[in-house]
Amino acid sequence: MRALPALTAITLTSGFGLAFFYAPMDADQGFMQKIFYVHVPLGIVALCGFVLGGIMGIQHLRTGDRRYDLRSYVAIHLSLILGVGVLLTGSIWAKASWGAWWVWDEPTLVSFLIVFLLYACYQPLRFSIEDPEKQARYASVFAVTAGAFVPLNFIAVRLAQAVIHPRVFATADGGLPAKMQLAFTVCLLGMALLYVTLWRYEMAAKQASWSLRSLKRRLGGDEAVAARGRSAAPSLPVT
Amino acid sequence: MSDTLPDNTGYVAAAYLVFLGLLLIYVAIMAAKLGRVQRELQELDELAARQDAEREEAVAR
Repeated sequence: MRALPALTAITLTSGFGLAFFYAPMDADQGFMQKIFYVHVPLGIVALCGFVLGGIMGIQHLRTGDRRYDLRSYVAIHLSLILGVGVLLTGSIWAKASWGAWWVWDEPTLVSFLIVFLLYACYQPLRFSIEDPEKQARYASVFAVTAGAFVPLNFIAVRLAQAVIHPRVFATADGGLPAKMQLAFTVCLLGMALLYVTLWRYEMAAKQASWSLRSLKRRLGGDEAVAARGRSAAPSLPVT
Repeated sequence: MSDTLPDNTGYVAAAYLVFLGLLLIYVAIMAAKLGRVQRELQELDELAARQDAEREEAVAR
């Protein structure tokens, strides 16, 4: 646990360092292409996080273990935060490249916005259900359904004809040059490590507050623990 | 590399600052949560000490 944040910081800093000082300047886009080293890894990790939330949702539905619901919740919560970053950095790039903050006829942009808005409903859905058991079950069904939609959406966009959004990997003319690819891969790895680090911190924070609540009840009885109001966050039964 | 490439330094800096800003906001929220956990831990510590004192008093009686 202690080595992970250090490894994350080193990898991410190295990735950005490689992006600025090692990777060559893009002949077409110039310096603004450097935005991709933060924007694309953010997008890929956010989408993978949504899928991870769905996998955890399956595990929760399969086993009934509410810890999987918590894992799913944290994965989706973090992906939403990264999603905000994707939309903002993408808009900045669009303004620099196309002269507009947003282009509505671009499948990649609009499909990511749809995915983001779909997941933006996750927290209100949870909040609307008071019973924790039911909340966890419905949220898992949502996470699985939406999680399955993410790769389908990605494939559909790839197959779309009208593409003006640049492709990073696997283009018809061979994709990124080796130096750019190295910098991009390190950035992607750093972003994935950042996601895992934040996920673990969030999990540890949630589990610490549950342990505290449980300890409070053991020491002070039921009256020491304030009744838990309605919340979108998952809860484990207090022992 | 060409000298005629557009200079978009401001946009690039803005994108990286957005990322850094998001990260800092997240860390600040986590720090606030940690502060709350520490306060609650202190309360529990005081509660446990009070219960110990009451128990010792009862034994002494």
